[in-house]
Parts: sequence; C-alpha cells; structure tokens
Amino acid sequence: MRVTFTANGKPVEADDVWEGESLLYVLRERVGLPGSKNACEQGECGSCTVYLDGTPVCSCLVAAGQVQGREVRTVEGLADENGELGLVQQAFVDAGAVQCGFCTPGLLVQTDALLDNDAQPSDTDIREALSGNLCRCTGYEKIMDAVRLASARKCAKAASE
Amino acid sequence: MEFLRPATWDEALAAKAEYPTALPISGGTDVMVEMNFDVHRPSAILDLNRITELTEWEITGDVVRLGASVPYTRIINELSGPLPGLALAAHTVGSPQIRNRGGVGGNLGGASPAGDAHPALLAAGRDVFVEVASHARGTRLIAIDDFYVGVKRNSMEQDELIRRVHIPVADGPQQFSKIGTRNAMVIAVCAFGFALHPKNRTVGTGIGSAAPTPRRAVEAEEYLQGVLAERGLWESGDLLGAEVTQRFGELVKAAASPIDDVRGTADYRRHSLAVMARRTLTWTWNDYSKQIRSAA
Repeated sequence: MRVTFTANGKPVEADDVWEGESLLYVLRERVGLPGSKNACEQGECGSCTVYLDGTPVCSCLVAAGQVQGREVRTVEGLADENGELGLVQQAFVDAGAVQCGFCTPGLLVQTDALLDNDAQPSDTDIREALSGNLCRCTGYEKIMDAVRLASARKCAKAASE
Repeated sequence: MEFLRPATWDEALAAKAEYPTALPISGGTDVMVEMNFDVHRPSAILDLNRITELTEWEITGDVVRLGASVPYTRIINELSGPLPGLALAAHTVGSPQIRNRGGVGGNLGGASPAGDAHPALLAAGRDVFVEVASHARGTRLIAIDDFYVGVKRNSMEQDELIRRVHIPVADGPQQFSKIGTRNAMVIAVCAFGFALHPKNRTVGTGIGSAAPTPRRAVEAEEYLQGVLAERGLWESGDLLGAEVTQRFGELVKAAASPIDDVRGTADYRRHSLAVMARRTLTWTWNDYSKQIRSAA
C-alpha cells in the first residue's frame, strides 16, 4: 500500500508498504530518515521515539498505515534547516551524554518533549520521563547532566526573551 | 493482508462484520509487538485511529464513559479524580511513550491476565460494563464480572468491537499496587486493585497476573463488608485492627491460583498478593477515616 504523511515538515510518500510494517521501518528504510534507531521492536527501549502529531511515541509500535495524513517529527527534525543542532542536542554534546550513541536519538526526542512541557523538571520528573529509554552503556548520569543543562539553557533563554 | 481504515464507528463495525478475523489496532502497543516478532499474522488489520469518539470520555450522572482508545496518559491527567484506582494503574503501564498510545480498550481486547487496567476495573465495582457493538446486533453491555473468560479470552463475539467502558465515579478511596522488577516497562508479576464504596457499603477487589484471568477475591470482599457493617466502621471510621487486615490479606491470597513462570513463582505471587491486599486496605481505610473525621 502507499502511505503519505508529513515528516519534519515535508510531505513524504512511501510505496509498497507492507500492511504490518511499522512507522520505524518506513522512516528508516523507505523515506531516508535513519536517525530513529531500531533496537528492541517492542517498545521497551525507546530508541525509536518520534513525535506523532506532537506526542512522543515508539515508532516501532505504530503501524505505517496509521500515520496516513499525519505529522511525524523525528530526531532529524530537532535540528534546524541549516543543520544547526537544537538546544537539547547541543546539551547532549556538551555534557558528553553519548557513549555508543544508539539510545541517543530516542533520548533527545523524549527530552525535547519533557522540556516543552516542563522547562524546569525535578530529577524525579526527568527519571520518570526517561524511564522508557534504555541506555545499555548505562551512561545515565551524563544523560541526567545533559537534561539539566538543556533545562538551564532553556530557562535562561526564556528569561532573556 | 488488508489494512482497513474506517473513518467512522459505523464503518468500523461494517468492516469487522465483513472481516471477522481482522485484528483491531489502536495504540498498537500490543498488536505491533506481535507483528514485529511475527507471532501473529492476521488476515487484516483494522485501524481505529480515525474514529475520534473512541478517544473521548464523558461523565453522565455518576458514571464515567471512557472511550476505548483514551490513552493512559490522559486517564492519569484528566481522570484521577473520578477514577483514582484506574489512574494509579494507568501510571504503572509501560513508559511515557507507551502510555501516550495505549488505552483500556487494548487491555480488554487482549484480555491478558497481566493487563494493568483489569484489577482497577474489577475493584471499581460490579457496575462496571464494557460496551461492545456489532454491525448486525447493535450495542450491548457486558458486566466486568462476565467479561474475562480464559487466558487472553474475553466474552466478545468475533464481529464485535469495544466502544467504551462504563465505570462508576469513585465515591471512596481506591488503590492499586503492582509487583515488578523496576518502576517502568514492567509486566506485572502480580497486581492488586482495591476500592471502598461507602455509598452502597461495599468494597471492590481485583487480582492481576495470579490466575488464568483477572479475578475478584469474592470471599475477601464479603468478609470485609461483614466486618465493616457489624462493627459500624463505615459510620465511625475507626481503626480496622491488624487481625482484620491480616485476614483480608489471607483471603485475597486464597482467591488467587497463580502459576510458576519466568516472572515469578506461584508462592511468591500468593505471598505478595497478601502483602498488597493488606497495604492497599490500610491506605484506603486511613484515607477514609480522615474523611470521616474531617466531616465530623
């Protein structure tokens, strides 16, 4: 079947999509957006997290046909058009919150969603928000640092505006 | 495989009638796992995401009518007042991403004994109804006590779809407790839901992951109702005493028929059920006592 939707603000079209295929597969293999990672395929790891109509979801658990006509924003969409990193992405770089990097795209999207909702979350809020994102390098402390850094920058930015 | 995308509820029922073996999908948090791992290859997938009324809820009289696809996140944010037990259970489902997609309809459709919503629905009382419909026969209400019939089996017909769940608005404290290895992404080792219903002087229980189906601890409910009535405790809000909480826990434990499996042993499940029953009873009763005292 054919599926058309918006990915990072641009209309995309995927042909010959198998009816049981996931959004994750379509993103990675059919529309050239391999940022979202495929690890567990059962919603356990969060590495495939994307925005679907503004809500973070595991793209491995969304059937491709379900996104017909809808809006998807992936980790690629967190950077601006010139490739300049978004605030959360830059914070992860600066805090050294990346080891093997496989979990990073999901953490970035989920952190972006957290800070959109609550620019100054407590550590408990951060841990809960990221409870569905696994880092098997177990680099969680640096990830916590990155989220706190992103939060501080976001608050500073809001205060200066 | 067909991918069916009905735009309205009537179209969905017509599609289910035409393709009775079609697998309904909404949040996809169970269905897609089966697809990704090739556990299940249905003849057709029936996408319910376009049917907006499935994601709506309303309160009419003293009943919440909860659309089958209202995601758990919204149950937590919007319904923790009228449905405290279900909101607590919803908070233990998967992770934020999973709660953004999954809803009670999927738990009921899958009818796994480990579904987190089930103990809360059972505890909410005997007036909880699953509203299902078919193209041929229209709508019917299935009482929650008649809904679960076997391991991953419910009492729905093949041509039926779940529209919503009718749940009485809480008139007393409710609790939910679940055992797992961490605080997220956990399939319950076992779970327990408990509710006080002061208006009709009853209590509700629900056992999860410790029997072939979610089930009520009937004798435990009857014992506690007896004690509360005989001692006038609904009126006084006085202490229950360790003997009562202990006995209640033992009766809940006796109502389970768990198995040994990868998540835990039958013995561990029985033991932890007794503990959870005691705790949830104590928590809710303490809350109730406070309400009585502050009203006095």
